[in-house]
Amino acid sequence: MNFDFSDDQKLLRENVRSFLAKEAPLTLCRQVLETDSSYSASLWQAVAGQGWLGTAIPESYGGAGFGRLELAVIAEELGRVLAPVPFGPTVYLAAEALLVAGTEEQKQQYLPELGRGGLIATLAHSEGPGESGERLPKTSMRSGKLTGEKTPVADGNIADLALVTAKSGREVGLAIVDLRQPGVTRVPLQSLDPSRSVATLRFERVPATWLGGQPCGWNTIHHIFDRAAVLFAFEQLGGAQRAFEITREYTLNRYAFGRPIGSFQALKHRLADWYVELELTRSNCYYGAWALSNEAPELAVAACGARVSATNTFELASKEMIQMHGGMGFTWEHDAHLFYRRARYLAAILGPAPVWRERLIACLEAREAASS
Amino acid sequence: MDFNDTPEEAAFRAEARAWLEANAEPLAPGEQPAGLEGRFDPDMVRKAQEWQRKKADAGWACITWPKEYGGRGATPIQAVIWSQEEARFKTPPNIFAIGQGMLGPTIMVHGTEEQKRRYLPPMLRGDEIWCQLFSEPAAGSDLAGLRTTAVRDGDDWIINGQKIWTTGAQYSKWGMIVTRTDPNAEKHRGITYFIVDMQSPGIEIRPIKQMNGMSSFNEVFFTDVRVPDKNRVGDVNDGWRCALTTLMNERHAIGAGSGGPEFRDLFRLARTMSWNGKPALQDAGVRQRLADFYVRAKGLQYTSYRVQTALSRGQTPGPESSIGKLVGAPLRQNMAAFALELEGAAAMVLDRAAPEDALWQLAYLGSPGLRLAGGTDEILRNIIAERVLGLPPEIRVDKGIPFKDVPTGPRL
Ligand SMILES: Cc1cc2nc3c(=O)[nH]c(=O)nc-3n(C[C@H](O)[C@H](O)[C@H](O)COP(=O)(O)OP(=O)(O)OC[C@H]3O[C@@H](n4cnc5c(N)ncnc54)[C@H](O)[C@@H]3O)c2cc1C
Repeated sequence: MNFDFSDDQKLLRENVRSFLAKEAPLTLCRQVLETDSSYSASLWQAVAGQGWLGTAIPESYGGAGFGRLELAVIAEELGRVLAPVPFGPTVYLAAEALLVAGTEEQKQQYLPELGRGGLIATLAHSEGPGESGERLPKTSMRSGKLTGEKTPVADGNIADLALVTAKSGREVGLAIVDLRQPGVTRVPLQSLDPSRSVATLRFERVPATWLGGQPCGWNTIHHIFDRAAVLFAFEQLGGAQRAFEITREYTLNRYAFGRPIGSFQALKHRLADWYVELELTRSNCYYGAWALSNEAPELAVAACGARVSATNTFELASKEMIQMHGGMGFTWEHDAHLFYRRARYLAAILGPAPVWRERLIACLEAREAASS
Repeated sequence: MDFNDTPEEAAFRAEARAWLEANAEPLAPGEQPAGLEGRFDPDMVRKAQEWQRKKADAGWACITWPKEYGGRGATPIQAVIWSQEEARFKTPPNIFAIGQGMLGPTIMVHGTEEQKRRYLPPMLRGDEIWCQLFSEPAAGSDLAGLRTTAVRDGDDWIINGQKIWTTGAQYSKWGMIVTRTDPNAEKHRGITYFIVDMQSPGIEIRPIKQMNGMSSFNEVFFTDVRVPDKNRVGDVNDGWRCALTTLMNERHAIGAGSGGPEFRDLFRLARTMSWNGKPALQDAGVRQRLADFYVRAKGLQYTSYRVQTALSRGQTPGPESSIGKLVGAPLRQNMAAFALELEGAAAMVLDRAAPEDALWQLAYLGSPGLRLAGGTDEILRNIIAERVLGLPPEIRVDKGIPFKDVPTGPRL
């Protein structure tokens, strides 16, 4: 047993961290938040230039051919800086979906572009408030044409390509759509986290193809979500960790009643608990990364564990960050709300924690049934 | 990153399993290993000693200890593998943990060569059981506030005072005791650490009944008890340093777990317990709660794997090992309370008529002790905050004052 990243992976982390320290200070996230832009094009270029988009894409499709552990390392670092780029939807969702379920032709058509940063992609599932579970989407494919409405879609207003959950009769699958075609209407929506954008997408008989050539079914869709959940969990972990570091520093420098506020047990003990949550979450994430990179049968359970843990912890972190900064924490000028917004955005992007808790128990039940 | 055994680890596991299969009976599915919550009757002590000797003879006792004291110099990962394998078999509760997990390591670091040779091998074989005489009525979390005195008399020391909450004192051969040897020095500076023969004249042991009805801990009274100077561990007035070694190992030893029900037992209960004619597991609220318990339990387990990985690379256990107990003890308590909710009115019953032989009732009544023993939740949070996170230490109003002038509450 060896439950840690390798020396090479740690070196990668250092390199990614120092690169992002220069290219993606929190002021960059704020810039996107405060202006009309939906993401930072310059950071996107820089990230593409580093080859990170193609980290886990095999060399035969123009990628770097590393594994998911390397991708997890990068995800955590992007999470730390609240990177205002469509990395997750493009890489963890779209590229991964193509890798696991695309036809050879689809892989060749899209993966090299995705890996180069030539295409922004996303996955569109939600059709309005609430959770749909395994109900068939209203959006449908008929004779190679997609019709329906998806809302909200992360990066829907900037993406070039979308994988869209759609039905065909009683079957469900993921339709690949080029969003630059006529028949696609985009309506940008105000985002809870304006450093990451959302939009409504409408499709009016838009030519599309099924991922994998036919409706792939719920199992594959869940599998794609599980894979993305592990990687998003690393982003959430990174964000929670950074919020913690900033807050710890503040409690050491802010004085009240003649003492640093970090010397009050009410804060000390909560910082200790917060640290403990980070460590437990890190461990659950590592397990998820291991399962993902080994295509282990435990992947679904491991992904649920990482997702639930990371969602809980990023929420805790972003709340505590504001509270421990006092009035300063509630100002627009302070960075705390950037974390608070991002935590909620990431919690919603793959379905909220209750959905993942439910899936976790369903997986444990299935495992139990199989073993008895 | 790899969760699977390396070929060497797999070979070690197979070797351990083969020996266990030849020498012990496997647990039936769903059957619990004997926990430390059982009563300490002489029969149980005898069985535990027999099992310990059997392991020692075959080289499976205290496997991480150096060979010269009877161990096999095993790696931390091998220790994990061994305990995973042993946990699958019916074995008596481990009543040697205080000695082997906490006091043995202290003797290894601070003891003389003679002490190591005299005490470690019988400790490993379970021939001599040990207890930890640290806590006093007025000195628990604030251990260095202890008042039991030791006064030099020629080649001996004479001990007077009272210890409390001493687990296993009633069947121990030896105790490790911290005493005050200089009341004029600052609190931490006048403490000395000794090995004391529990059969010495002047020692009186009175069992204390715990809230769960068991009596595993005791009060121990010392009246003019003589201890030879050769039983002193470390220098005179330097006992605090030795005590810290014990406490570090204590957190590590306790964090590793102490038997009792786990998540999978809770999951089984939710599947079998009927709610409105359906298994409780079909209830959406139950599923949500279970998922959070699972994520915590697994987070804890994988965190311990990360610690083992670090240890196996030669890093020493740090204050991070406080996490295990700080998370594990309240988790056990909360899971027990939830299990009893699932049992409905049957939760009132504590005898064998209760679901699962009152497994969760016993855990409910025992778990509050886990949150106190070996450092309370609050003390563990202080340790993490100060030593891991570097936050300012607690304000010390007793600093720089001779111990005898330190303010106290009313004497108990
Ligand atoms: C089952 C069991 C077995 C034990 N076995 C042994 C044994 O074998 N040998 C032995 O020596 N001892 C043993 N103990 C004693 C144990 O170590 C003490 O009970 C423990 O350290 C707490 O001390 P106390 O009971 O005096 O509580 P106190 O120290 O009086 O604590 C009372 C409350 O105050 C809180 N508190 C105290 N100081 C602080 C602070 N600085 N900041 C915040 N909160 C604080 C505590 O967390 C607690 O909630 C055992 C205890 C139990 C329950």
